[in-house]
Amino acid sequence: MKIDTTPEVSGMGHSMKRKEDPRFIRGKGNYVDDIQLPGMLYMDIVRSPFAHAKIKSINTEKALKIPGVLAVITGETLAKYNLHWMPTLMSDTQMVLPVEKVVYQSQEVAAVIATSRYIAADGVDAVEVDYEPLPVVVDPFKALEPGATVIRTDKKDKKDNHIFHWEVGDRAATEKAFAEAEVVVKQDCYIPRIHVASIETCGCIADFDRVNGKLTVYMTTQAPHAIRTVFALVAGHVGLSEERIRIISPDIGGGFGGKVPVYPGYVIATAASVVIGKPIKWIEDRMENLQADSFARDYWMKAELAAKKDGTITALRIKTLADHGCADAAANPSKFPAGLFSICTGSYDIKHAFAEVDGAYTNKPPGGVAYRCSFRVTEAVHMIERVTDILAQQLKMDPAELRLKNFIPKEKFPYQSALGWEYDSGDYARALKLAMERIGYPALRKEQAEKRARGELMGIGISSFTEIVGAGPSKHFDILGIKMFDSAEIRIHPTGKAIARFGTKSQGQGHETTYAQIIAEELGIPASAVQIEEGDTDTAPYGLGTYASRSTPTAGAAGAMAARKIREKAKKIAAHLLEVSPEDLVWETGKFSVRGAPQRSKTIQEIAFAAYTNHPQGMEAGLEAVCYYDPPNLTFPFGSYICVVDIDRGTGQVKIRRFMAVDDCGNIINPMIVDGQIHGGLSMGMAPALMEEISYDENGNVQGGSFMDYLVPTAMETPSWETDKTVTPSPHHPFGAKGVGESATVGAPPAIVNAVVDALSHLGVTHVEIPMTPERVWRILKEKGVAE
Amino acid sequence: MIPAAFDYHAPTSLSEAVALLSKHGDTAKVLSGGQSLLPLLKLRLGQAGHLIDIGRIPGLEYIKEEGGMLRIGGRTRESALERSEVVRTRYPILLDTAQVIADPLVRNMATVGGNLAHGDPGNDHPATMLVLGAQVVATGPKAERVIPIDGFFVGLFTTALQPDEIVTEIRIPAPPARSGGAYVKFERKVGDYATAAAAAFVTLGASGLVERAGIALTNAGPKPVRSTAAEKLLTGRRPDAAALGEAARAAGQSATPSADRRGAADYKKEMAGVLALRALTKAVQRAGGR
Amino acid sequence: MAMHTIKLTVNGEPHEATVESRLLLVHLLRENLRLTGTHIGCDTTHCGACTILFDGQPVKSCTVLAVQADGRQLITVEGLEKDNKLSAIQDGFYQEHGLQCGYCTPGMMITGTALLERNNSPSELEIREAISGNLCRCTGYVNIVKAIQHAARATKQETP
Repeated sequence: MKIDTTPEVSGMGHSMKRKEDPRFIRGKGNYVDDIQLPGMLYMDIVRSPFAHAKIKSINTEKALKIPGVLAVITGETLAKYNLHWMPTLMSDTQMVLPVEKVVYQSQEVAAVIATSRYIAADGVDAVEVDYEPLPVVVDPFKALEPGATVIRTDKKDKKDNHIFHWEVGDRAATEKAFAEAEVVVKQDCYIPRIHVASIETCGCIADFDRVNGKLTVYMTTQAPHAIRTVFALVAGHVGLSEERIRIISPDIGGGFGGKVPVYPGYVIATAASVVIGKPIKWIEDRMENLQADSFARDYWMKAELAAKKDGTITALRIKTLADHGCADAAANPSKFPAGLFSICTGSYDIKHAFAEVDGAYTNKPPGGVAYRCSFRVTEAVHMIERVTDILAQQLKMDPAELRLKNFIPKEKFPYQSALGWEYDSGDYARALKLAMERIGYPALRKEQAEKRARGELMGIGISSFTEIVGAGPSKHFDILGIKMFDSAEIRIHPTGKAIARFGTKSQGQGHETTYAQIIAEELGIPASAVQIEEGDTDTAPYGLGTYASRSTPTAGAAGAMAARKIREKAKKIAAHLLEVSPEDLVWETGKFSVRGAPQRSKTIQEIAFAAYTNHPQGMEAGLEAVCYYDPPNLTFPFGSYICVVDIDRGTGQVKIRRFMAVDDCGNIINPMIVDGQIHGGLSMGMAPALMEEISYDENGNVQGGSFMDYLVPTAMETPSWETDKTVTPSPHHPFGAKGVGESATVGAPPAIVNAVVDALSHLGVTHVEIPMTPERVWRILKEKGVAE
Repeated sequence: MIPAAFDYHAPTSLSEAVALLSKHGDTAKVLSGGQSLLPLLKLRLGQAGHLIDIGRIPGLEYIKEEGGMLRIGGRTRESALERSEVVRTRYPILLDTAQVIADPLVRNMATVGGNLAHGDPGNDHPATMLVLGAQVVATGPKAERVIPIDGFFVGLFTTALQPDEIVTEIRIPAPPARSGGAYVKFERKVGDYATAAAAAFVTLGASGLVERAGIALTNAGPKPVRSTAAEKLLTGRRPDAAALGEAARAAGQSATPSADRRGAADYKKEMAGVLALRALTKAVQRAGGR
Repeated sequence: MAMHTIKLTVNGEPHEATVESRLLLVHLLRENLRLTGTHIGCDTTHCGACTILFDGQPVKSCTVLAVQADGRQLITVEGLEKDNKLSAIQDGFYQEHGLQCGYCTPGMMITGTALLERNNSPSELEIREAISGNLCRCTGYVNIVKAIQHAARATKQETP
């Protein structure tokens, strides 16, 4: 990629050091729990030990006797204001606090308000709740059987646990293709429930000012504007009008989708602040975070792939059951109850495809997409990359060769997929070949053959994924009706410095740096002189927030487009200053000069000063612009990953020896930051492939609900990731970029699974479910008679 | 997570500490490194009326070889074992053990005495101390007494310690010539308790036969498991692959693990055998047997 | 309620506080002393976001009582910078993109600082072992390892 600016300006392509780091490395970040307001009270939450139970009574007497406990808020308290239910981001409903029954373990039952967090915790211990357990529905298949206990008895006409049916593609044509297929492979695959476990948990401080009726909420949220609107919709009837709601998202200690939903704790703290008239802080602990907050996956897929004997894939069919827990709170775009699962044809030129997804209620916490996953793309990629390998195995073809044979050729872009997407650009073969070259693929195959002869288990796995990010074109994408554009507002100061505000919210992605670089690229103002602000709904322009790898494709684009508006005005001012016509001016980084007379020029700094001191008559003073960018299409980043594993025949433990990731996210703003995103994404791909899982026993008791058993990898379990890249710009994005934050999380798991299956393929193994724990792998070794 | 209220005492002498323990009886708990106790209190899984912090009593942290024994002060931090020259050179099995306990930060607070006194079958020191034939010195109101390690672990979270006794020293017999020990742990990740772990200690005779063998397992039952069957199988035999394999299988048979997120009981039992073999093999290597 | 008056030194400054027996050291630092750079990320002593130097040793301040710190010397992330100069570790994290969201960073840097005190040329494995009590969800640890290596090189250059 060509770099057009100097390191001083640091536009696109510079590995500029991050502007946010000086505060973080000094311990001067400002996270929600760091904020203390005068007179602030603390909230702690009583949670249900049962997954499904009637609440017979809540006795708050003992708790209220503890000195320092000021109030206990229950569903009855909120019901007085009709605030005991709230909408989810999928237009379903969810309890804030129950009045009748609880529907998952660790559900919020009551909240204690006290003068310190220690006293609040004592108060929680002293609240007595009398439950009457109800039958529990844990298995989503059983949930849909006739006669199953109905969970959502609050919905008047609801007589079952079915949430939605969604399908896409040409069923008849796909069936025909399967009927005519020379080879068909099938695989069932379950992607378990997992949790983002950002190291900062969720929390808020709700501060209602009774004098002017203004509510300020400091909140761990990735989407502050959307939250403000939801608050206005939920609490408008009790007088919380949107102009009097200010959501501030300060520094966020990791989000990954877990900080998109509205959690009951936010609403209860807000209600408590309105009622009590004091700021209320609520910070959940880790167990609450893992046990009650939004999860991801829990997808039961059945896939079939049709092909010719020569390996040409002809059709794909997938049927899926999605376990959504007690409410559909998946935060998908509203037309897409299964998110962007229809990217399941992946990187391959498949003529016919059909996919269908059903959603089911169970007695588990609500959620569905909160794990760095681009709206169900992880599930889709896992499935297609698995069945592709199974096909290769069946045909005795090398999995790389089968992929190269079926990739959408680069000449076919923009490419219309069988399930309705227009892929913007790609060169899949180049990425895979680079990955193979970097890792030394033929030598590894040779080593594997030698090891296999000695009885050692080594595997090589490939994943060639296509991501779909940057929602999105507003004609297709909205959350609760709010279109998924995003925004930027740039103001150039008289001395040529700038402030820019965006509708997104960084949680570690480095927006303060990369957005400044975009503006530096477009205007030639050094990135160091561009201040970026996000997360305060009183000052930032409206936007849908940061998740699903959408910030660069949407808000980043908005920043570039707003800068270009500024450049247009700057041109007119420069023409005025140079006494030429605007058409006679040419732009090169940071200045306009007269065509044919480059010594006659005005820098952006001179122009900015003139905008406030010497602007042309008839022109408004100032130099600023706003852009609400509605992308014409999504962006389709891609990559090829190769993983090498060794399996311990004694314990079944899988060790990743090497992992080579070649990513293509189009033009790159900051290579250092992109590399960091890939490293983190790979780790969050590895974790569920090998270690992380939240499951439930038959009574709906959560398993893996603390860091004792929810196994977030340390530096010792994490391999030293190797990365490389190709650059295939997006043709429709203003500066040719694509989103990247989630690529690696999407692409990594099947590479690891394919490597493990590859290590065992000579034993007849064709599939291993995740997480591939030592025990799970060992049982296969035992069954195949190769356990040590 | 916030602990329920308790009272805190910081005695500056052993006698003062023991007197406080006697006074408060069952409501008192000794706070040594606190790395097991404080999480229990924070999660409110345990309760204590009084914490007796032994952190200010002088003379409880040392590692020294004296009178044919390695003497480890009861409050010696795990990280001190890791960095001790005598441990590194003369007692590699102790180094093996210390460096897989919890994580490096926890080991800067956690103590050897605490690891034993907690009576947790998932802790790593018990198996190692069993194969080393260690002695636990407990100080109570009357005097100190020496408890042989074989009688120390009574049951799940229970030891031979009286409520008013404090572990003040651990004594380990110096290794005879041609002996070697190893501790091998299999864990899901750093910081986890063992899915399975085994300690082995062998002493070879001049002829190369096993003179004495110790084999013990972590997290393989309600209390740390010493496999005397495996030890018997090995004693008097040449430590070849067949003998070690038989002994390891016998060790695995002595495990009675319960199922948890680390695995089903049958898997953990098999793993106990696998880990026993790995520990034995390493121990024999260190003894110079191979 | 049992209260205790304690005296301790934090980042070279003496402090006195009257605290409840059960007050956790991390809360004393964050709420009483308003040193909010030390973070909280779990309940079970796993994440290390609360790591501080306790008499020179890195420990998890969520699993130490404030009363245990009576008379001790503590260093928190706020104490790493000296005379307006970043420490080698801080600079290493900045130069090598060793942080993203910044939440685990103070704990990581404290652990790294203690490692380099003991060992000024740690191998990658030694670094990974040393930070294995600190969880990071953003970086995949690659650049944290590089940051500590960067600091090790700088430290050696300063004190050959």
